[in-house]
Amino acid sequence: MQGKTPFLDTKGRVFLGILAAAAVLTPLLFLATPAGSSLHMPAYLVALLGKYLCFALLAVALDLVWGYCGILSLGHGAFFSLGGYAMGMYLMRQIGTRGVYANPVLPDFMVFLNWKELPITWWGFNSFSYAMMMVLLVPGVLAFCFGWFAFRSRVTGVYLSIITQAMTYALLLSFFRNDMGFGGNNGLTDFKDILGFNVQADGTRAALFSISAIALGLGYLIARAVVTSKFGKVLIAIRDAESRTRFIGYRVETYKVAVFTLSAMMAGVAGALYVPQVGIINPSEFAPANSIEAVIWVAVGGRGTLVGAALGAVLVNFARTWFTGALPELWLFALGLLFILVTLFLPKGILGTAAELTARLRRKPPEDKPQPTAAE
Amino acid sequence: MSLAKDNPALTSSVLYLDGVCVSFDGYKALRGLSLTLEPGEMRAIIGPNGAGKTTMMDIITGKTRPDEGDVYFNGVQDLTKLDEAAIAELGIGRKFQKPTVFESHTVEDNILLALKAPRGALATLFGKPPKDERARIDRILETTRLKDHRARLAADLSHGQKQWLEIGMLLAQDPKLLLVDEPVAGMTDAETAQTAELLREIAKDHSVVVVEHDMTFVRDLGVKVTVLHEGSVLAEGPLDVVSADPRVIEVYLGR
Repeated sequence: MQGKTPFLDTKGRVFLGILAAAAVLTPLLFLATPAGSSLHMPAYLVALLGKYLCFALLAVALDLVWGYCGILSLGHGAFFSLGGYAMGMYLMRQIGTRGVYANPVLPDFMVFLNWKELPITWWGFNSFSYAMMMVLLVPGVLAFCFGWFAFRSRVTGVYLSIITQAMTYALLLSFFRNDMGFGGNNGLTDFKDILGFNVQADGTRAALFSISAIALGLGYLIARAVVTSKFGKVLIAIRDAESRTRFIGYRVETYKVAVFTLSAMMAGVAGALYVPQVGIINPSEFAPANSIEAVIWVAVGGRGTLVGAALGAVLVNFARTWFTGALPELWLFALGLLFILVTLFLPKGILGTAAELTARLRRKPPEDKPQPTAAE
Repeated sequence: MSLAKDNPALTSSVLYLDGVCVSFDGYKALRGLSLTLEPGEMRAIIGPNGAGKTTMMDIITGKTRPDEGDVYFNGVQDLTKLDEAAIAELGIGRKFQKPTVFESHTVEDNILLALKAPRGALATLFGKPPKDERARIDRILETTRLKDHRARLAADLSHGQKQWLEIGMLLAQDPKLLLVDEPVAGMTDAETAQTAELLREIAKDHSVVVVEHDMTFVRDLGVKVTVLHEGSVLAEGPLDVVSADPRVIEVYLGR
C-alpha cells in the first residue's frame, strides 16, 4: 500500500469503460436495429438514459465541492438550470420564423408580451459558440461572486447551505416573472433545431446521448485530476480541519471559490445537455427541492468518491422513474425514507461502504504473517 | 502607544508584544500584555485558566485582532495587519491545544501539505513537486519518530503520535517561531518526557513559545518562564525563581 493515489483507480476505469460502451452501443442499438428486434432500444429510453447522464454529471460536480471540500451546496440546481437556460435561449433563437407568430428575431413569448426588440440578455444567443460560452460563464460568474462574498466572510456549514438555498429560490422567483425576459412560468420550449439538426430526430437524440456520456466522462476526469493533485489534498484538508489549513498558510477562501466555480461550470454543462433532450426548461428547475435531491444522489452513491455520485444519480433517478409510473403519490415519501436509511445505515454511501468492506477483507489475512516492515 | 524606530527591545526581538489589550463583549481577555522573545529562545508560558494564554496565541497568529497595542515579528512585520495565511507564510507556526491533524490524509500527506512550498491554488493544481520533497519529508518523519507510520491514516494514530505529527507539520513549515499550545495534554509520562526532548531539539534552531499546565514538563524544558494572570504578565524568570514569588503562589501554584 503506497501513499500515492493513482490518477485512475479500478472503479474509475470501470466507470469510464461503461460510459464508453454506452456512448457507442446506445446509438447502435437505437439506430441500426429494426424497430421490432429484441435488441432495439426505443427512443424514450435513449432520452431517459441521456437525462440520467446529465444528472450524473451534476452529481459529480456536487460531489467535488461537498465530498472533497465539505461545502454542502443546496443550490447546485441553480447552476444546472442557468446552463440549461443558456442552451434554451440558443434553441429558441434557432426557431426563427417557424414560431406561431413567425417573428424572425423575437421568440413567441416576447411577441405575445408586445415586446418590440430583443433584450440585451438575449443578444448573441443565435450563435452556438456564444451560447456555449454562456453555458460556462453564467454559472461560473455567479458561483465566483457568490463564493467570493460567502467564503471571504467565512460563512460555513449550515449557514452556507441555507444561503445557497436562498440563492436558488431567489432565482426561481425572478425567472417566474415575465419581465425578466426568460419566458416566465412557461419557460422555454418548442425547440426545433440544434446546429441545423432537428432536435426530435433519432440521429440527433443518439448524438446528444453520446455527447452526454462523453461530457460525463470528461467531467469525471477533470474532477479526478483536481482531487488527486496537491490542490485536492488541500481541499480535503479544508474539509477536515479548516482553521488548521489556514494556520499552515493556505488561503482557504481562494481554494473554496476556485472549486465552487469549477463545480458550477460543470453543473452548467449538465444543464445545457439536459435541455435539448427533455425539450423544455422552466423556472421549476430552480426549485430548492431539486438541489436537495441532487444532494441525496451523492449521499446514496457515496460522497467523496465521484463515481459513487454518478452511480447514486442514476440509481435514484431510476427508482424515481419506476415510482412515478407505479406509485406516483409515494415517490417523495420513498425519497425521504431512502435518505434516512442511507444516513443511518450507509453513512458512506454505496461505494464508500463497499470500499470499506474490501479494505477490511484485505487487511485480515496479513495479521498472522509477520508485520510488514516500513514502506520501502 | 507609539513605536520608537530605534527601540532596541523591538529590533533585536523575534517576537515583540507591547501593551496588547483585547476584550470580548466587555470581558477583558488581555490587559496590557507585553512580552519579548529573543531569536532562538524557548519560552514557557504558564498561568491559570482564563489568564489569556490562548488569546495571546490567537493575537500572534492573526485569528484575533487586538483593540490596542503593538505586535511585531522580527522587529519589522506588524502582525496586527495580516491574516492567518500571511502570518503563516512569514514563518510563524502554531500547534493547537487539541491535536488537529488532517485525519483522512496519511501521515506522509499531512507533512507534505505543511511542507514549505508555494501555497497558491495554481501552484498546488499545476505545480511540479520539488526534487528534495521526499528527503525533507523523511527527515521530519525521522525527527518525530513517525517513519514507520508514514502510510497510515492520521486518524488511526494514537493521541501522542497525533501530537508529534502536528509538531512535525510545524517543523515542515520551517517556521522561525513556533507556538505550541499544551503539547503534552493527555500524554503518558513517557510520551511527555519524549516530547520535552523533541522540543529541546527543535529549540536548537527555532524560537519557541510553549504554553503548558504541566509543571514537571516545564521543569524538564528548563527554560525561562512567563506567568500570565488576568491578561498581563505577573512574573518572569527561571522556574525556581518564579515559583518562589509569593504573588505567583497566590494566584496559581498555591491552590
